[in-house]
Parts: sequence; structure tokens; C-alpha cells
Amino acid sequence: MAATTMARAPRGTAERKPSAVQTFLSRHGGMMPTFAAALILVLLFIGAEAFLRGDFITPRNISALLLDNAYLLVLAVGMTFVILTGGIDLSVGSVMAFTGILGAKMLGAGVPALVAVPVMLLGGAAIGLMIGILVQYFGVQPFIASLAGLFLGRGLAYIVSLSSIKVENDAVLWLQSTRIKLGDWYLTPTGIIALATVAIAAFVLHLTRFGRTIYAIGGNEQSARLMGLKVGRTKIAAYVISGSCAGLAGLILTAYSGAGYPRNGIGTELDAISAVVIGGTLLTGGRGYVVGSMIGVFVYGTIKTIINYMGAEQSWMQIIVGALLLLFIVVQRAIVARSEGRR
Amino acid sequence: MDEVRPLLELTGATVRFGADAALSRVDFRLFPGEVHSLMGENGAGKSTLIKAITGALRLDEGTLTLAGDRVEFADPHAAQRAGISTVYQEVELLPNMTVAENICLGREPRRGGVISTRLMNARAAALLADLGLEVDPASLLGGHSVAVQQLVAIARAISADLRVLVLDEPTSSLDLDEVAELFRIIRELKSRGVAILFVSHFLDQVYEICDRVTVLRDGALVGEYLTHELLRIDLVQKMLGRGVAEVRARGRAVDDAPAGEAVLRARGVSSARGIQDADLDLGEGEVLGVAGLLGSGRTSLARALTGVTRLESGVIRIEDADVHLDSPRRAMSLGVVYSSEDRRRDGIVAELSVLDNITLALQSEQGMLRQIPAARRRDLAASWVEALDIRPPDLDRPAGTLSGGNQQKVLLARLLALSPRVLVLDEPTRGIDVGAKVEIQNLVAELAENGMSVVFISAELEEVLRVGDRVAVVRDGRITDTVAAADLTADSLLALVAQPGEDEG
Repeated sequence: MAATTMARAPRGTAERKPSAVQTFLSRHGGMMPTFAAALILVLLFIGAEAFLRGDFITPRNISALLLDNAYLLVLAVGMTFVILTGGIDLSVGSVMAFTGILGAKMLGAGVPALVAVPVMLLGGAAIGLMIGILVQYFGVQPFIASLAGLFLGRGLAYIVSLSSIKVENDAVLWLQSTRIKLGDWYLTPTGIIALATVAIAAFVLHLTRFGRTIYAIGGNEQSARLMGLKVGRTKIAAYVISGSCAGLAGLILTAYSGAGYPRNGIGTELDAISAVVIGGTLLTGGRGYVVGSMIGVFVYGTIKTIINYMGAEQSWMQIIVGALLLLFIVVQRAIVARSEGRR
Repeated sequence: MDEVRPLLELTGATVRFGADAALSRVDFRLFPGEVHSLMGENGAGKSTLIKAITGALRLDEGTLTLAGDRVEFADPHAAQRAGISTVYQEVELLPNMTVAENICLGREPRRGGVISTRLMNARAAALLADLGLEVDPASLLGGHSVAVQQLVAIARAISADLRVLVLDEPTSSLDLDEVAELFRIIRELKSRGVAILFVSHFLDQVYEICDRVTVLRDGALVGEYLTHELLRIDLVQKMLGRGVAEVRARGRAVDDAPAGEAVLRARGVSSARGIQDADLDLGEGEVLGVAGLLGSGRTSLARALTGVTRLESGVIRIEDADVHLDSPRRAMSLGVVYSSEDRRRDGIVAELSVLDNITLALQSEQGMLRQIPAARRRDLAASWVEALDIRPPDLDRPAGTLSGGNQQKVLLARLLALSPRVLVLDEPTRGIDVGAKVEIQNLVAELAENGMSVVFISAELEEVLRVGDRVAVVRDGRITDTVAAADLTADSLLALVAQPGEDEG
């Protein structure tokens, strides 16, 4: 039917063809905050390199950046799903602690890793499912529902053990101790898991119906429902994914520190949220990229490394991250206001 | 055309909300390849009928048939699957996603379970080109104008197997060129045999695009007509449903300028998409009736005069001083108060008591820190309840539990407590019973006799004539005539409201 109805001149043919820049902006305007985050990361690298006289950008440092923040990266990926739907998940830090200590205890009792690891992931998923059901079917605010998840996870962690449990399991320690080397660069299996999580999440979010439905819900939940999308199911799935990621982060952190500890990850949910926001994801949902969250984690990790290098107070970390967050939220508001103004 | 079988037919449709029937025994039919308009004033049952067709509401009685088969839709999605799509006044799309995604969401082309962005963009581009729209399918929807977004919504609607397209006031936020674009697309769809239900309160547009009109009034069917056989004035008469013209001359000698000094003068007043270049004089103790159809700009005029919407151009003078009404608060401090047509949404605070509702504006004018003493507030509210005969006279009752007429009186009391000089009432008698209506009309007359100036807007022409000293007629965003009420009959006013010139004789 297309060919028969082209008789009339299409609207706007007389106008000049838009430039490549305009086309790019009209298509990818939502990427600007993520570019800004990447720019800040580059500036941080250059600044640290200059300040520390060429002692910062070394293969060892960059490799350690991924290694040290692998658990945070996994948490941030899960958090991105939830924030894209317009929700929030405050439970991830304590869920990570719970699954970590649970895994350590099971491994200590002689349970094989093949059983312990899936149980950790399922434990995280179960708490995510609970939060999702509370949000979707009981109309509880995500903030409150996931706060309940936060207390539940922390409480469960203390029930499992009140003190640290050392992990002796070879398979789990292998995740951390193996170094795949390329010159001075190295990659551990935990780092590979984290990068794979980012890659899978990016694929799911951009190339599957489920992923596009996540964005649609964040854009306008009511419209998404009117368009016949499976809103309820998708929203719950976002929390399940975030919970599973928290379980996976528990595994990575246990391997990284060689032990489970019930007081792990206090306040880590806020680090994950900060990384997601710095990476350019809108807290109101619908806009953002999982790659941006990865950049956000690296910005966060780099600031931490620089402060360690300088031997400065750790409180500076909080202040700088706080200032960056403020900056990004203002930038986001400006972008949203601009796109609303154009309509 | 009647020998063709209707594509969609609604028979004896009745929808009740509680005891009230929003739609009672209405028949409606829609033929393939026609554009059909649904006309009626506020509350006539238009949106109820649309919801019944699109599956958003269930019929209490009556049947819906589609292509001869009896159907019942559980939800809008079921109606969509049957080929009935709706484009709403407010665009229901996703600004954060691309144009192509908005068109294809939920039915994206996939290869091995993976969405193919390339195929999706190509499909969207074909659909858009089909509608003669040159829009980059990969661009974000939010970056486009409302008009383009509306056309994308139509593209989404027709990308399914479309048989019936419902357009619910699609033109209210479009400018003239954009309306022309929309009409071109409507004609295109019509030529493909799609049945289109077009709801608009712009008469010109209805006459331009529609083949057939169904008129509703008070939830009942007035009739179905061919557009070219129905004079505009007859259509308006059917919509407003006037009985025999019974005009009571008010016996006051007034001509088309206000008697005495003008309290409020407006010159060349325009506000965005509402009222253009309006001139108006309001004398002391005068009631100026405003007559116009829904969407004519009658509410925009009221809002422009009272600082609710900002003026784009024009001046307002109060007692010969130029004033800048940039907020309702400023207007109130100058003695100009406004009562909204939607008292439930913009007026009454249902949970607060009658006492609080009456003293709300006065306290707000005084400021938070100068609390009016409780005893004084109670006296004040009690005196208004008595003066306006608000029933039941219980000051502590939540205002939401009162009848419509008494709620309106509470609102009036709130405004009158400010002792205003100019009172602008937008449809103060809508949806209230006859007795309360008369009381409010009498009250307005009494206030005017005591020197207050009143702008009285109503959809009921008799009421405007009865209450007003002069009548300003608003049509298509302009004040087209201002005539002394005594010189008008309901029929001649109707002619002015509908259209001057050719239809008048």
C-alpha cells in the first residue's frame, strides 16, 4: 500500500537537509549525560596523571580498578534495570552481604560450589521478587518496599553468622586468584564476570522486547500499558534481576575478600545508585545506558584510588562523590527541561 | 450510503454511573469509508460513548456489533486487536523512545528473538512515508512538536489491522497547518475504507471533514444527520437543545456600551491558543453575559481577565489604571475574582469543612501569619451560609458532601468574602438542579444591584439572556458581538453563537 499513496509532496521537503550533528542530536540526545561522565573519567585520569607525575595511568592501576570494583559494577548493572523503570532498589547492599555470608557458611560446611553458587543467586532473586511483588501488586512505593528488603537482607545475614567466615573453597578462590596476563595488564575471572554482566545487560536492554519494555515503563507506565505491553511482569522482573545481581555481587565480594562478613556492603546500595546516576541514567526512569553505569563505577573507583594515592582523608571521597552527584542531577534536570521545552 | 451495512453499530447503549445514566438507549452507527462526527456540549455523553466503543467502559444495556458480529471488549487492548484504535487528545506515547519504537513497540520485527532496529526503522519509515510525513524514524519522539507526535500516534494506530479509528479531539492543540496535515491523512484513511469517528468541538472542522453527524444531549440521542443537509444553526440548536424561545425582557434600558463608568476595560487581549484580540468593557453594577460554544474561547476569556493565564498581548485597565494581572493572587488583590467551571477540580476542597472552604481565600489574602481569629471566621462563614441559604447550614460538614448547587454557593461565598469589585463566573450553574440554578441567577442580579460587576459565562443561552445586561458572543477565540440583552431573543443569540451572515436568515 506504500507505493500507491505517495502522490503528495512529503511535509518539509523544502527545508534544508539537517546536518549530521543535528541528526545525531535528535537521535542520541539522551546519551549526552553518559558522554559527560566519560569526559569526566578522562579528565580524572589526565588530572591524576599530571598530579602524580606519570605514576597513575599504569596497566597495574587500571587492571586493579576493574578488579576492586567488580562487585559494585554488577550491583550497578542490576540497579540500572530498576532505575530505568522509574523505581529504586535500596536492598542490594545488604542482599549482597546476606548471599556472601550464606555462601561462605555453606562452603565452610562442605557444600560444593556448584550448589552453593546457584543458591546465592536464587537467594538474591527471591528477595528481588518479594520487592517486585510488593511494588507491583500491593502498590508499595519502591523506596519503602526495597527498604524492607534492606532490613530483611541484613537481618538474614546476621542470622547466618554474626562474625566473619573464611572461605577455603578452591573453586571460589580461583575466581579471584587467577590472573590472565597480557604484559603488565591482567584480568581476573571476577572481572570477566562483571564485564559479561554489562554486555548481557546491554544486549537485553537494547535488543529484546523485554528490554524495550523496561524503557517504555520508565517513559510513561500508563502509555506502556495502553500500548498493550506486559508492564507488571516486566517491572517485577527488573527487581528480580537487581536481586540476582546482588547475589552475584555477593559471590564476587566473597571471592575478592576471601571471606563472608555480615556487615559487608553497608551503604553500598547508595554507591551503586550514585554510580548509575553519574553514568547518566535519569532517576525518573526511561533514559540511561548500562554502559553509562559502568563508566559511573569507574569514575567512582578512580576517585577512590586518587584519594588513596594522595593519602587524604576518606571523607573527601564522600564530598567529591556528593558534589559530582549534585552536578549530574542538575545536568539531567537541564536536559529534561530542554526536551520538554522543545515540545 | 445507507444500503451499505454499517461496520460498527451500537444499539440501545446504556451506561450508568450509580443512579445516573451517562448514556441512555443511544443508537450509533459507523460506515466503512466515512468520517463521522459526534457532537454535544459538556456532559452530553460523548466520551462515555467513545469509551463504550473502545472497550474502556462496559455497556450496562445494549449491544455493540462489528461487521455484523456481536462483540464485547474486556479492555482497550481487546478492541485494538479487533481493529479499533483510538488516538487521544493527550498524546499517549513515550517521549524517551524513538519514533520507530513508538510505532512498533510490542510488535517489533525480530530476527531470532533479537529486535532488528534496521527492519524496525525501515518499517516505520514506510508507514510514515505512506502518511506523507518526513520524520527521521530513529529520532527521539520527545524532540518533535505535539503535532508530529499526534501524527506518529496515528501511524501507530494504522500500523495494526485498522478498521475503526477514533480521534478524540485531535485538533485541540494543533495550529492551522497541522490541522490541514491531519485532515489530509484522515481523507487518505477514509479512501482506504477505514471508518473514522472524529470528535471535535470546532464546527468549521466538523463541516470540513465529516460526512455524517450524530448529536447527543444529556446522554440521549438527538439524531443522526448528513453534514451537508444540516445547517450550522440547526446543529447548534440540536446540541444546546433549546425549547421554545421564551425571552423575558429585563426592562432596563441598556445599549451596547455599559451604563456609567467602566470598572474593567480590556483592549486587544490575547492569550496563547485561547482568545484573540478581545475588547471588553464592564460597567459598575453590570452583568455581562458571555455566550459561546464549548471551545469557543469563553473559558480562555475568563482566565485571561483574572490572571489565571498570562496575556500574550493587550491591556487590562481597572478604574482607568493599567494593571498587570500575572497571577490570580494579583487579580484578587485588585478585586477581580474567578470561579472555575470545574468546581470539583479547581474549586471546592471536598475534605475541608464548609467553614474552611468559605474562609480559605480570605485567610490566604491575609497571609499565613495573620491568622483570622476562630470566632471571627465562624461568624463570617455563618453569615454567608445564611445569606446564600446554603443547606444544610452546618459549618463543620465536609464541603464534598453537599449537593452541587450548595457547593457552588460555598464557592461563591468564598469569593464574596473577599468583597470583590469584579466577579467572573464560568458556568456557575452547570450540573446543578433547577431550583439552585434560579437561586444563583437571582443572587447574581442582587449582587449587581449592589454595585458589583459580574461576568457570567454559560452554555445556556436563556440563562445568559436572563442574567446579563449585555451579552458578549465568543466564537473561534474572538468576541464577535456585544449586544444589549434586551435587543436579543434566544433565536437571534443562537444565530450569533453559531455563525453570523449566511445562516442567519
